[in-house]
Formats: sequence, C-alpha cells, structure tokens
Amino acid sequence: MTAPPPVPEGEQQSVPVRSNDDVVRARQLVRALAQRCKLSLVDQTKLVTAASELARNTLVYGGGGVMRTGLVRRDSRLGVTAVFEDHGPGIPDLDLALTDGWTSGSGLGLGLSGARRLVDDFVLDTEVGRGTLVSVTKWAR
Amino acid sequence: MTERVPILKIGDVLLVSIQVDLEDQTVLDLQDDLAARILATSARGVVIDITAVEIVDSFVGRMLATTAAISRMLDAETVVVGMRPAVAITLVELGLSLGGVRTALGLEKGLEMLGRSSDGRRSARP
Repeated sequence: MTAPPPVPEGEQQSVPVRSNDDVVRARQLVRALAQRCKLSLVDQTKLVTAASELARNTLVYGGGGVMRTGLVRRDSRLGVTAVFEDHGPGIPDLDLALTDGWTSGSGLGLGLSGARRLVDDFVLDTEVGRGTLVSVTKWAR
Repeated sequence: MTERVPILKIGDVLLVSIQVDLEDQTVLDLQDDLAARILATSARGVVIDITAVEIVDSFVGRMLATTAAISRMLDAETVVVGMRPAVAITLVELGLSLGGVRTALGLEKGLEMLGRSSDGRRSARP
C-alpha cells in the first residue's frame, strides 16, 4: 500500500479486448514482455495465466475493453504491468467477486481471485454502471 | 473461422495433441468433438497431450475436467499427459487441482496407463 507507484519503463502497448482472438493476442503480448523482463519461467506462466483470466473477464463480464501493458520500474526492480479496463456494468459486491468459487456467470469463479494470487501487485477499481479497471504487476526477482 | 484441434485414433485410444494457443471457442469445440468421436469409434481411452501448452487457465482447466467426466460417462478413460511443471504450479495456485483428472508425465506412460485399465476391464468381463 505504501510502495510508490511503478514508473513506466519504455513504451506501453494497448490492445483491444473485444473477441476470443483478442484474449489470445493479449496473452501473447504479456508473454513477450515477461520474457523481455526475464521473469522466471514459473513467474511468466503465472502472469500470462492471470492476464488470460482478466482478459476473459473484460470480454465476458465487461462487454469488451482494452488492455494496456508494458515494462515498469520501482526502485531498481523491473516488472511487467497489465491493465484491463472496461466500461461495463462494474462489480456491485467486490468481496463476493473476489471469493473463490463465486461467479455471476457460468465460469468457475476462479478468474479474479485466482489472478490475484498469481501476481505480486493487484489493484482493482470498479464502479457500478461505470466499469472496471484491474491492474496487475509481476516483478523480476 | 476458429481452428479445430485434430483428434487421432490409435487402436481404441483417441489422441489429442494441443499445438496451438487455445482460443475459448476452440476449447469448447474440442470438448464436443471428443464426445462425438468417443461414441463414433467406441474408444476406450482418451489421451490429451499438453506438452506444448504454455498456460492452462481456468477455462482450459475446466475443459480438461469436464472432458474427463464426460468420457467416463461414455465408458472411456481420459489421461492428460505432458503438463509442464510451471503449468502445474500455476494451476494449483489458481485454485484448480484437477482432482478428477488422471495425469501421466509423458505420452508413453499415459498410453500404458490406459492399456492397463482397459485390460483390467476386459478380463473382468465374461
């Protein structure tokens, strides 16, 4: 909470998340950055899996949106951030949405709660009727 | 529009080797195709090779679990082979332990596993 916000390092890329195809593309983009950042193989896999869950949420629950991603730096550490933003219905009960196994749709209810466990930093900002923004970061060790 | 994952038949086993970055619709199609092929071929086993799969998220994980359950009801056993260690670690942390899915480290082990269980079933029959 008290850590300074990560500073963008180099170019940030933005891709639409409007189809199943886009979810695959978002995943590939995050994977390429994770490799560039030299995350360990396990950390790469965790981050890309989290990105996949969140991109699907943006598409299915948010009605589509965008993902912005890029390398970031905090102090001397390099990391990868991915931000998912939609202007969908928002999440009325955040505690519930972050509970394992709870879903408002037909999924397993592991997307949001699972993604949070897979990353180092997880920020969620949502407002009913306005949309949802989820930002995740994984830091190189 | 979406590509389909090929299903190969070797004896009474269906073999699926996933070589593409899976789109959700491809995953759903595969699940349906497999059920249909089990019926059409009276297959006794299904091997799903995920050696080339870099991530298994909750959607793909659910497909593996559902496919195992469906094939069991159609009298076929499913074995998932070749899961990468990083994928296994991530799945458990995600909260999916795939309890109902049998796994083997490699294709050979998976086929062996199915061979043993189908022999067992055969000899148990009159």
